[in-house]
Amino acid sequence: MTPFVELVGRAAPLPLANVDTDVIIRIEASVDRQNLGRHAFAPLRYNSDGSERAEFPPNQPAFRGAPILIAGANFGCGSSRETAVWAIQGMGFRCVIAESFGDIFYSNCFQNGFLPIRLSEAAVTDLMAQAQAGAGDFKIDLAGQVVTTPNGTPYRFDIDPLRREGLLEGLDDVGFTLKQMSLIRSWQARDREERPWVWATSGLRKTTA
Amino acid sequence: MATLFDKIWDAHVVHDLGDDWALLHIDRQLLHDLSGPHSLQALLDRGLKPADVDLVFATADHAVSSAPGRTGMTYPPGGRLWTALKGLAADAGVRLFDLGEDGQGIVHVMGPELGLVLPGLTLICGDSHTCTNGALGALAFGVGSTEGVHALATSTLRLRRPKQMRVKLEGRLGRGVTAKDVILQTIGILGTAAGTEHAIEFAGSAVEAMSIEARLTLCNLSVELGARSGIVAPDETTFAYIEGRPFAPRGAEFERAVDHWRRLYSDADARFDQDVALDVSDFGPTVTWGVSPEHALPIEGRTPDPESTPDPGQRGAIQAALDYMGLQPGQPIAGAKVDRVFIGSCANSRISDLREAAAIAKGHKVAATVTAWVVPGSLAVKRQAEAEGLDEVFRSAGFEWREPGCSMCVAANGEQVAPGARAVSTSNRNFVGRQGPGARTHLASPAMAAAAAITGEIFDVRRL
Ligand code: SF4
Repeated sequence: MTPFVELVGRAAPLPLANVDTDVIIRIEASVDRQNLGRHAFAPLRYNSDGSERAEFPPNQPAFRGAPILIAGANFGCGSSRETAVWAIQGMGFRCVIAESFGDIFYSNCFQNGFLPIRLSEAAVTDLMAQAQAGAGDFKIDLAGQVVTTPNGTPYRFDIDPLRREGLLEGLDDVGFTLKQMSLIRSWQARDREERPWVWATSGLRKTTA
Repeated sequence: MATLFDKIWDAHVVHDLGDDWALLHIDRQLLHDLSGPHSLQALLDRGLKPADVDLVFATADHAVSSAPGRTGMTYPPGGRLWTALKGLAADAGVRLFDLGEDGQGIVHVMGPELGLVLPGLTLICGDSHTCTNGALGALAFGVGSTEGVHALATSTLRLRRPKQMRVKLEGRLGRGVTAKDVILQTIGILGTAAGTEHAIEFAGSAVEAMSIEARLTLCNLSVELGARSGIVAPDETTFAYIEGRPFAPRGAEFERAVDHWRRLYSDADARFDQDVALDVSDFGPTVTWGVSPEHALPIEGRTPDPESTPDPGQRGAIQAALDYMGLQPGQPIAGAKVDRVFIGSCANSRISDLREAAAIAKGHKVAATVTAWVVPGSLAVKRQAEAEGLDEVFRSAGFEWREPGCSMCVAANGEQVAPGARAVSTSNRNFVGRQGPGARTHLASPAMAAAAAITGEIFDVRRL
């Protein structure tokens, strides 16, 4: 995973609440793993004839290739499909800022070196306005937990220390946890005594077929 | 003063990671054809195997055809996923309940049915409606495919303890009112973001009175309240449901398990970050009008008027939803003409759902303008329904009787509602394009869906 430390660039505004994962990536497009970016936000981004909708801000010249997305509340609600994160990354975004996120989408972001930032409604409103004005670059400092807008206003954001470290160092959770296997095995040994029924699936595995 | 959630969470902490984070043991992991192959492939690519293969189970549901006589290859793009799942499950040693085999079905239908889901378990699946399984008193939640790899490799996840919310549903359900109507109304009242960052517990007299299948429907839509999980404390109804299922403990071990499960409830003095109570006695049959589950209306209701909405952002969203759905502001929702009816999905495809729909369909004919499908949630449901003659009731009324899977709920198998067509669906999401590009989805109960099929319009089932 590529570490995420600092990001400077334009922000594309997407002032819609409840943009769900079905809108971010249609399920059948999810299967086309190589071209997820092209399918991202299809219902908002393309007309029915496949041409681009000018109303969708990331289609506008000022926001093309912007690495930051400013979205409405409850962004990424809906399904658990991780392809939603991959699709947004495929469009070139590395960070999305919103007042709130769908829980599973939010977790999935961190698995992919993609930074979701939660800010207050007032802060997002200001960011959205500055993004829409196309005034210049935003700066995101993950270590310092600050978003600085083009006009120089700093907004501090909260993020779990564990998740921040993971992003900063491009850490891989699986490798980390595998080192704790002995802890896991001793928890399991105790659990097998206390809740044997949880573990009694192997004898039945073939006979139920 | 622990909540039910606390009791299960705390019992599964393998290691405290600080700042409310824990390495949590995962007791069950279910895989399906859509996200399963990715997780398995990523695991094997790293040279790893499942840490505890006896805790992992797989089935094919999302991208396989539901056409009568289907095979895994009937829908070729899904066939690629099905083939991958079969091959990877075999390579990893994971038990797959394949097409045509006992146990196959929508992953959240087959799990409870097989007794794979038990009270007090932690259970994950790469699917947001994993919350369904909370109906049995399990802590069950959806994960992404990378988290799925972590769980396969280690039987754990690194998780942050969520906030907690209790939704108390009190009172008795009126005539023609089901768990589906209750949860849609609840989402309509509380909103789709009410439970974000929370784990929900459903409690109250209305929940206690519900069957397990009704609780499964209720918990299924927890994620539509924004929560990753929804749970109901296990009780005698739960224990009776579990007893005798293939993977459930038996005999003395069952008794020992029940003793343990009886301790799984929220203490009287337990505290929740949010605690809401709703009286369900006045809830009627409910249907959605728009593009979010929170766009729920009693059947006597009218669509909202954007003009009378003060907030400009909301006004725009309501107008866009009305336009997408092809509805006028202030229009009665009853009477809207329907093209498709879909009875199925992990929200409502169990035997009790099919019985309710069949009771309405019996002796009637599907309206000439409507194409109506019944897609049982699992092979076991299908067989049970056929043993009861429900398939005949549906067929002679003009419904199609199909093979178990997700089908038109998410249209990942190509079974779509045509652009602009109006569907009444017993599924759980009416998002833009969910059932196909331009599809117009109204969520409802099985009985309401059957009533729509017969009358050709959104119709109050109590008036049939
Ligand atoms: S039935 Fe629908 S909601 Fe349920 S698992 Fe399948 S696609 Fe998801």
